[in-house]
Amino acid sequence: MKDALGAPQSLLILGGTSEIALHTARKLVDERVRRVVLAGRPSDALDKAAEGLRRQGANVEVVAFDAAEPDTHEKVIEGVFAEGDIDVVLLAFGVLGDQESDEQDPVAAAKVAQVNYVGGVSAGLASVKALRRQGHGSLAVISSVAAERARKANFIYGSSKAGLDAFAQGLADKVHGTGVHVMVVRPGFVKTKMTEGMPDGPMATTPDVVADGIVKGLRKRATTVWVPGQLRYVFSVLRHVPRPIFRKLPI
Amino acid sequence: MSDGPSADFFPATRRTSLSGWGRTAPTVADVVTPMTREQVAGALQRRSERGVIARGLGRSYGDPAQNGGGLVLDMTALNRVLDADLEQGIVTAEAGVSLDRLIELFVPFGFFVPVTPGTRQVTVGGAIGADVHGKNHHADGSFCDHVLSMDLLLADGTVRTVTPEDDPDLFWATAGGMGLTGIVLSAVIRMTPIETSLVSVDTDRARNLDEIMAMMAETDAKYRYTVAWLDCLAKGRNLGRSVLTCGEFARLDDLPAKKRANPLRFKGGTLLTVPDVVPGRLPNKFTMGLFNEMWYRKAPQHKVGQLQSISAFFHPLDAVQEWNRAYGKTGFLQYQFVVPFEREDALRKAVEKISAAGAPSSLTVLKRFGPGNNGYLSFPKPGWTLTLDFPTNTPGLARLLRELDELVLSNDGRLYLAKDSRMDPADMDRMYPRLEEFRTVRAKVDPDGVFVSDQARRLGLA
Repeated sequence: MKDALGAPQSLLILGGTSEIALHTARKLVDERVRRVVLAGRPSDALDKAAEGLRRQGANVEVVAFDAAEPDTHEKVIEGVFAEGDIDVVLLAFGVLGDQESDEQDPVAAAKVAQVNYVGGVSAGLASVKALRRQGHGSLAVISSVAAERARKANFIYGSSKAGLDAFAQGLADKVHGTGVHVMVVRPGFVKTKMTEGMPDGPMATTPDVVADGIVKGLRKRATTVWVPGQLRYVFSVLRHVPRPIFRKLPI
Repeated sequence: MSDGPSADFFPATRRTSLSGWGRTAPTVADVVTPMTREQVAGALQRRSERGVIARGLGRSYGDPAQNGGGLVLDMTALNRVLDADLEQGIVTAEAGVSLDRLIELFVPFGFFVPVTPGTRQVTVGGAIGADVHGKNHHADGSFCDHVLSMDLLLADGTVRTVTPEDDPDLFWATAGGMGLTGIVLSAVIRMTPIETSLVSVDTDRARNLDEIMAMMAETDAKYRYTVAWLDCLAKGRNLGRSVLTCGEFARLDDLPAKKRANPLRFKGGTLLTVPDVVPGRLPNKFTMGLFNEMWYRKAPQHKVGQLQSISAFFHPLDAVQEWNRAYGKTGFLQYQFVVPFEREDALRKAVEKISAAGAPSSLTVLKRFGPGNNGYLSFPKPGWTLTLDFPTNTPGLARLLRELDELVLSNDGRLYLAKDSRMDPADMDRMYPRLEEFRTVRAKVDPDGVFVSDQARRLGLA
């Protein structure tokens, strides 16, 4: 249960090796979170992440979960909720793909959409179903500023996040009044292993800063969190830039 | 016509968002308002695997009367007084009867409720579940010390009449048990005889914490009702400056001649209702500092024998309906702890910490407890108890309260479950050493954990 100051006690991370999610987990374990469930494809990285949180004092479970296989999502998520209430679900899985090569490889491009959007839809719905049953809890969906407007430089990834973002917004309104809170998180360029080797985008940020935004948003039951916060205003302008100009922008 | 709803009529459940008086951490549950005992039993059978909890007037500050995803029984329609012995002052009331109603009904006959918290808008069932205390704890103990018996609906659907003599385990697990042993349907209560409805009040101001503690140690033996209001924003040599009020119900002879004609008159009611539009940042350390200054200044330095009404002396805040809205939508929380008398230093440190943090507590109340009772989870035990109100958006509040938790824990103190909305579950068994015994009794009467609340889930009580 969340307490009066908005601090949760239990956390499910879908995409258990996500750096943003693990930074968030560490901050929440520092507060009141005692039960953490890391769901992801079995790997050394996943076990290592679990070990780190255990050292911090949390009870950590690791469950096998593959975002690319929506058929399995409901069963995995139901299993986690059957063991006890979950106060926060962090939908953190996602792949970036490689825009240049994916444009030549439709199957690889579809894989990006399959994980980021299709997987997000089934995992999001399965999570909300369980949260509604318990009458409380938050689902934080990690979207991206790339969802805000398609850019020629990364429209495959961007469109998959746009789908996920729109899905999460609608879901948030659908569950209003059921005790469930759905929050969309839109980070800008985040320096992680996912973006390793890429030149920093404008207003680049770190997983730690994004995690701060998520923790604060959860506490305030925010509907949308931008990290850094100024991106909200940058994009409120970019959204309306005419196409002939937007096309030529070096972004 | 029959005198109650027919058996095939059953009140509808409503999916409703509920929170406590502090308006924090809402959850959604199915709420049903049973009209009769039979309907309470019927509702119990219609529960889901998320269980059931009873709810009264929702004056607990946190989440003990919430049950996210489960069933919440709104008990306020079970509001009949079933029997009254006006010679002995023994009253049998259904669980949903409020103390307000008991006062209104029985003060004219010369009986006051044995114990009342700072509001009379609590139900008999809630008063038992939290084993509430009042300004007379040092003299009369807490609410359940005056409960002679109660009818308790158990998880298996049976009703048991529980008394402290015949079934002490279940009685004292239910007293202060936060509704987790069963549903109180009715209770037999011993009322307190009074000659008049007026309280003879002595007021004194204390310039600092040492002075108020010395004054209170002295007045306990002399007065039935005592309490101090403390300005926790005062600093330096004013640290802990307070207003002490002590009272006794006035005797008939104490009244001026013109009031003797109708000595047991009681007038409840409210003056105004706070609208739900107050900005959350209004109660801050500046506004509260001003308020505290004014409150301290307006109190007389020393006044004896002032006659006050029951409402003015016991329930000043009840005059303002929905006063919790004054904290805005972000809500507030109350923090009440007790530390043993021999740990007075802890109390001083706590007041210093709060003052240094500039946390704007508006209603800081200091009180001395007398001996506790056998309630497994009952809060009062001999010592000093301090009660604070904080808006939840107070900067640094989580850390301040964690530091206070540490102080309370390391001095054999504890927090009050009826006020709690954020304590660390890991502290629970140290604060309540009889928690394991409570769990054992509960496991016997409710092996499947039918009775459960958000608070029980949060603190792992069950």
